[in-house]
Amino acid sequence: MLFHQLPLLLKFHFRQNWLASIIWMISIVGMTVLVAGSFNGLFGSEAERNTMAQTLENPVMVAMVGPVYGIDNYTTGAMMANQMLLFTAIVLCLMSIFMMIKLTRKQEEEGKYELIRSLPVGRLASLSSAGILVAFVNLLIGVVTTVSLIILNVEGMDVTGSLMYGVILTISGWMFAAITAVITQLTETSRAALGLSITVLLVAYLIRAIGDVSSEIVSLFSPLGLILRAEVYVENYWWPVFVAMMMTLILSLLAFYLHNRRDLGSSLLPARLGRKEASKLLLSPFGLLLRLQRVAIVAWLVAMFVLGASYGSVLGDLESFFADNDMLQQMLGEHPDYTLTEQFMTMLMVIIAIFATIPMVLLFLKIRAEEKKERNDHLLTTGISRYQLMSYYLTISLLVGVISLVIAIYGLWVAGAAVMDDPIPFTNFLKAGMSYLPAMLIILALANLLFAFLPKWTSFIWGYLVFSFFTVYLGGMLDIPNWLASLSSFHYIPQIPVEEFTWIPLIVLLIISIVVLVISQIGYRNRDEIG
Amino acid sequence: MNMMEVKGVTKKFGTFTALNGIDLEVNKGEVYGFIGPNGAGKSTTIRVLLGIIQATSGSAKIFGKDVWKDAVDIHRKVAYVPGDVHLWENLSGGEIIDTFLTFRGGINKEKRDQLIERFQLDPRKKAGTYSKGNRQKVALIAAFASNADLFILDEPTSGLDPLMEQHFQQCVKEVKSEGKSVLLSSHILSEVEKLCDRVGIIRQGEMIETGTLEELRHLTRTNMVIETVESAISLKEHRGVHQFNEQSGVYTFQVDPEELGHVMQLVGNLGVKRMESTPPTLEDLFMRHYQMEKE
Repeated sequence: MLFHQLPLLLKFHFRQNWLASIIWMISIVGMTVLVAGSFNGLFGSEAERNTMAQTLENPVMVAMVGPVYGIDNYTTGAMMANQMLLFTAIVLCLMSIFMMIKLTRKQEEEGKYELIRSLPVGRLASLSSAGILVAFVNLLIGVVTTVSLIILNVEGMDVTGSLMYGVILTISGWMFAAITAVITQLTETSRAALGLSITVLLVAYLIRAIGDVSSEIVSLFSPLGLILRAEVYVENYWWPVFVAMMMTLILSLLAFYLHNRRDLGSSLLPARLGRKEASKLLLSPFGLLLRLQRVAIVAWLVAMFVLGASYGSVLGDLESFFADNDMLQQMLGEHPDYTLTEQFMTMLMVIIAIFATIPMVLLFLKIRAEEKKERNDHLLTTGISRYQLMSYYLTISLLVGVISLVIAIYGLWVAGAAVMDDPIPFTNFLKAGMSYLPAMLIILALANLLFAFLPKWTSFIWGYLVFSFFTVYLGGMLDIPNWLASLSSFHYIPQIPVEEFTWIPLIVLLIISIVVLVISQIGYRNRDEIG
Repeated sequence: MNMMEVKGVTKKFGTFTALNGIDLEVNKGEVYGFIGPNGAGKSTTIRVLLGIIQATSGSAKIFGKDVWKDAVDIHRKVAYVPGDVHLWENLSGGEIIDTFLTFRGGINKEKRDQLIERFQLDPRKKAGTYSKGNRQKVALIAAFASNADLFILDEPTSGLDPLMEQHFQQCVKEVKSEGKSVLLSSHILSEVEKLCDRVGIIRQGEMIETGTLEELRHLTRTNMVIETVESAISLKEHRGVHQFNEQSGVYTFQVDPEELGHVMQLVGNLGVKRMESTPPTLEDLFMRHYQMEKE
């Protein structure tokens, strides 16, 4: 009777989650297909692929994406698995973590699970139903990926490899669904479960990175290291799949065992207690907001450094890399007076600036999330004005935005200097990067404007950021009309060193931003809080 | 002295009129009960009073200052407890209480610890693990440990157990005895009856009744229970008699205030064996308005 009414629960869970599942599937499969398709054009010749393979053999890149397999015959398939498999698998792992927690601990925390359990359903039915649903979505993504890759029929991507590619994705998702199922038995809140699961994923990634660079045995202790040993599109080994299956099975059984033993709402690990009294930091509104975003801020700064460093690590091989590839040259445009590295630098700077805009806008938009949860009310009814509240968020986001940019540029320079014969001075990097601050500020100002006047539409700012990214990233290749490109604030920044530096566009953007920010302050002061 | 003065406040959301000409007054040292069914506009009124949303028209003043323009100034001396308390999951109850108290002007540790003790809150637990009642306790402790002059409490006891509710009532009585004012929106009518000096009933965005409980009672029927020698069935059809019921010689009914004297005379003639009369409870008052709504 432990599984009584399982089919009905499955239907119930499916009805709540089908849309999210489809969105995950379309994004993951879509990304895979797009990249596989573009590889055909970008790296059509063997020479182009071999240069890429050499770049990827650099230890920094191995630590990031995994070891290079099949270097003697580096097919498009081998390159695809090398560059994409690990990250796609991580996306599936994340999906499994989110879905699993949403279907189990979250339900339990909100008291919904109690309602279900009071009905005539088996004690393990709900956990099984969640597990089956998550496993099914992972399976579906694997199958659709395999089928799409076979239909795409890119040269160098054979059927066996494509099958393996899908299988590896599915099994990665399964492993983390099982890991999360165990973790949700251990922690008391869904938040803690999420934190612990993501930590396990990060540790798995790090162990793999260390192992891939130093000794393969170490990698095998990480689920992510294990799956790469299948050498997809090269050797297509099945043994890692079986090991992963066993692991999934054992962990699932453990989760069921723990779930069956524990009380509803309880956890095996006691919830960590907080402080009895507030620290000094929390006693100011600014400190409180900083504390609330602490984890996000640290995570983003680390991510920005890694982003910079990973771009920097390829700077040494650039000239030979670009010399072989017509398409990449076309993306950069024609500036014969400058070296390819310098031209590539200008593009890197825009991309890094756009990435640094993400934490900046994200940290500001927290104010809207807090408003929706009616938590701004606590602050606004304890003697803090609207102007102050908005300024605190703005200050944090500005600071983090600038630091993100600097830290990414620093990462770029450090890694670049290590691999280049003739390193570019840090100040050159910094100057090129910092000139993008006004363009970033415009995006932040627009986010403020939306928040002040159209709070329900605030997240539309991401659309503008994505648009900017595409005009910059693909602008050279797609011949985007000038009027369209000029809608992006990044369009106006002089691309040093290729273009002459001038202050005028920067100052104009700065003035516009300040005006918009002031208008936004007034707008927010005069509107209702909308929960 | 008026701590709070609301005149003709109207709030529209698009074409929907949430509040229509609300009048409300809370005096110094007074506990004002604000009652009404769900969706009547209690919380909207309170959000206007806190300057979280702006009234479409009318004037609302606290301490003689405009609730929208001078919100920050007013809030230094106001403590607010929302009906549904949302807290930051990763902060502990103790941290949140201290933070709120500091924002309101400073921590009185003795008062705070005494209240934590009284409400039996574990301040070290993270807010994410608190039940609804515990989250309410956090907000209540942060409110009562402050040195506010006006307490705005929006259904503050909906998650508390009866014992905690008593502690809450004690807290309200204490702040009242210190000459502070309380606006208490509540569903628990017995609580309002016990604590409040004056009561306002809101329905569909309009204040339909306001006054002291005594005043309201005068407007309402008295509950009667009688046992008589002769049959009292004739009273059933009498003017001003409602909800007439008979069970093995015991009659229960309600009488309108204006007919009370007349009905008493008739009852006297029937040979009274037993007679009980109870003043209408707040619930009777409330239910009568519901019934009027239905009719």
